[in-house]
Amino acid sequence: MMKPTDGTIVLDGRMVPIGDHVNLLDLIRAGGIDLPTFCYHSDLSVYGACRLCIVEVEGRGIVTSCTTRPEPGMVVSTRSARLRDIRKLTAELLLANHDMSCPTCTRAGSCQLRRLAERLGIDRIRFRQRQERLPLDQSSISLIRDPNKCVLCGDCVRICREVQGIGVLDFANRGSKVQVTPAFGQGLGEVECVHCGQCASVCPTGALAVRSQVNEVWAAIHDPERIVVAQVAPAVRVGVGEAFGLPPGESHIGQTVAALRAMGFDRVYDTGFGADLTVLEEGTEFVRRYRARKDLPLFTSCCPAWVKLVEQWYPQLLNNLSTCRSPQQALGRLIKRELPREMGVAPEKIFMVSIMPCTAKKFEARRSEMVTDGRPDVDAVITVPELVQMIAESGLDFAGLEPDRMDLPYGFKTGAGVLFGTTGGVTEAVLRYAAEVMAKPLGRPPAFHKVRGMERLREAEVELGDDKLRLAVVHGLAAAQQLVEDVLAGKREYDLVEVMACPGGCVGGAGQPPARTPSVREARQASIYQTDTMLQMRNSQDNPYLQRVYADTLGEPGSPAAHELLHTHYHPRRRTGAVEVEISGGADPSHRVVRVEVCVGTNCHLRGSHDLLHRLIDHVNERGWGHLVDITATFCNEVCERGPAVRIDDELHEKCTLEMVLDRVEGAIGAEEAPVATSR
Amino acid sequence: MGCACIDARSTQTRQFLKVNEILQRFDRNPRRLIAILQAVQDEYRYLPEPVLNYLATSLGIPRARVYGVVTFYAHFSLQPKGKYIIRICDGTACHVNNSQALLDLVRDKLGIDEEKPTSEDMLFTLERVSCIGACGLAPVAVVADRVYGQLGVQKLGEVLEEMVRAEKERRT
Ligand code: SF4
Ligand code: SF4
Ligand code: FES
Ligand code: FES
Repeated sequence: MMKPTDGTIVLDGRMVPIGDHVNLLDLIRAGGIDLPTFCYHSDLSVYGACRLCIVEVEGRGIVTSCTTRPEPGMVVSTRSARLRDIRKLTAELLLANHDMSCPTCTRAGSCQLRRLAERLGIDRIRFRQRQERLPLDQSSISLIRDPNKCVLCGDCVRICREVQGIGVLDFANRGSKVQVTPAFGQGLGEVECVHCGQCASVCPTGALAVRSQVNEVWAAIHDPERIVVAQVAPAVRVGVGEAFGLPPGESHIGQTVAALRAMGFDRVYDTGFGADLTVLEEGTEFVRRYRARKDLPLFTSCCPAWVKLVEQWYPQLLNNLSTCRSPQQALGRLIKRELPREMGVAPEKIFMVSIMPCTAKKFEARRSEMVTDGRPDVDAVITVPELVQMIAESGLDFAGLEPDRMDLPYGFKTGAGVLFGTTGGVTEAVLRYAAEVMAKPLGRPPAFHKVRGMERLREAEVELGDDKLRLAVVHGLAAAQQLVEDVLAGKREYDLVEVMACPGGCVGGAGQPPARTPSVREARQASIYQTDTMLQMRNSQDNPYLQRVYADTLGEPGSPAAHELLHTHYHPRRRTGAVEVEISGGADPSHRVVRVEVCVGTNCHLRGSHDLLHRLIDHVNERGWGHLVDITATFCNEVCERGPAVRIDDELHEKCTLEMVLDRVEGAIGAEEAPVATSR
Repeated sequence: MGCACIDARSTQTRQFLKVNEILQRFDRNPRRLIAILQAVQDEYRYLPEPVLNYLATSLGIPRARVYGVVTFYAHFSLQPKGKYIIRICDGTACHVNNSQALLDLVRDKLGIDEEKPTSEDMLFTLERVSCIGACGLAPVAVVADRVYGQLGVQKLGEVLEEMVRAEKERRT
């Protein structure tokens, strides 16, 4: 028998060096054996629940490899009759608890459970199928949750909590009733979910799936009255090929355009043009704020999941968000205004479809700010898997399509526009513009290498002329929240901060084909940088068609006309549905009663609303107003930056003090000539 | 009548102030969640959803986490409980001595079931418990904190009727 040497293990009779692997599973995979797993992701904490990754270790018996540290001299076997039995049993149990409506499941193609059954050669299930059917959660605009397909691996729970720092989903109940669900069984669309979709992209089954808008798109295409316009986001081109078995990261924009035309899209444009617009507007906004030292750091606003997070948790930073529309919404708005004129058709005839690597864009397109004259600027948003399904449905051979070009003018983009597809890209694109405004013409842009890469947080100082800009690039919302906390506490200072919710930025978006390893995201990122170097123009400001838009209609970047068209605004957003804790419901219905609602949301809490509430209760008692006043604690009135907020008889008062509130209450009671129950 | 109003009012006020006091007592420490929930439930006799949201916000932990913990432990309740709790033991000893008949009786009489264990008038909540350690007295029930051993269907019926009658008197 083989004897292990220092720093090695024996794996199925072969010697394998441990290297820097910290768990057996990783080591075994590096050794070329792909053990099946459901609950292991290299980005997440180790959970050890699915028990699929089991191996036998000499002297220890059967262990889960994901939770076992490799130790020199270990003798490990991945194959034995017992292991095979247990794995099959585990898989059968999962299947018995799974609603197997595979032919109609949108995740059928990428389902890990199906793949597992296939790999393990499961040909029957020796357990009784679960009968009870739970209702679908269709409340969210971006995702559909089907608890009947959940295998309780906990991947979604951990990614939402650990990578996004939100914790929308968690395990509830116990025994046979265990479920993964938002709080109180509420719908995903009713809670603090920011629509990033990362939970769906790690879900091994169809329990969390992207809500498809394909039917709406086909309906528009088949309507002869409609002009159907596509815009394709930068990161889509480097992800779509994977769904057709092409190598990760290869850019297939030409085939994508060809496929869209073949399916009946009337125009095909590039969201990169929208990104170029955003660069000029955001760059101008940045330079202005930087010179005036106002509302810094400027936070980017092209990621709608991040924007929703700020609206929900950091209303005090709303003024720091760039007011620029995201590329999707900038381009949507511009096209909906210009195309009807150019084609001589009524505006309502235009149907704008964006093809996005992102589920949160579905949410963004439905924001009330993104509607002009009663019509949405973007009518439908489809993700890469939805596009892939349409292509498959049409019977097109994607890889074999003759590459085609985008339509002009909005199909013309610069390298800077394409960079938006990766973490760090927005910063670099804006820098290329800011450098020219603040220092000197660029010509060939230098690579701002320090902002490139995949680290969660990258910081850089960049000198432009006499100025030294302090920049930060962050991806993943947990890392972003950490950064924000530091900024608010004065521990970090920046001029410009770029935030993208998804790991790696849009290349790792939940609207891409699921990236099973980080290397897939890296390949996509590399391809984005490659595309940048190959394009005719690298700086947004050099885009000739963009220059024409400014010359013809907008004037200068940052002009009032540009603001009207290309900027937006945000508002504080309460996280949960209406929530009230009734504190004193005892007021006498025969009197007119003054209703007082004191906000105890996080922001008002920090501004002392609890103290105010307590003292208010005391005073009301002291003055004997008990039967005249109804006091309630409410959550977030969406004016957080001006808290504490108190609503008195439907009128919302901001920055309240106890004296103010008592005054108003007294006024309200007095106005009604309250019966003299008031004793001082 | 003014007094009655102020009374009702003060229960809710007191409860809410109590929640804040509990939070204070546990230093708003999220690691003490279970103890905090216990104390809050003692105050309200159950865990109202708005109060749980309030706790989550105050402790800075996700609401889903709080919900998960509450639904994991059987002794936490999201539903208001009745004024009187009827615990009927269904451990092995009681079970063989026909505790099922007692359960059926209470459910019948009060119009409740497993899904909805609290009577419409909020007077009674039925809990089926496993072995309360009085097997010698099987079947056993604990009604409003009083233990009844070797309990027959007829006796239990009388106890309930008596309580309902006393309660009616109190109200009029
Ligand atoms: S979409 Fe994002 S925020 Fe919403 S539940 Fe999933 S991971 Fe959490
Ligand atoms: S919803 Fe999906 S990711 Fe979440 S626990 Fe269930 S199977 Fe796992
Ligand atoms: S991957 Fe090891 S237990 Fe799930
Ligand atoms: S916390 Fe948002 S208004 Fe009070």
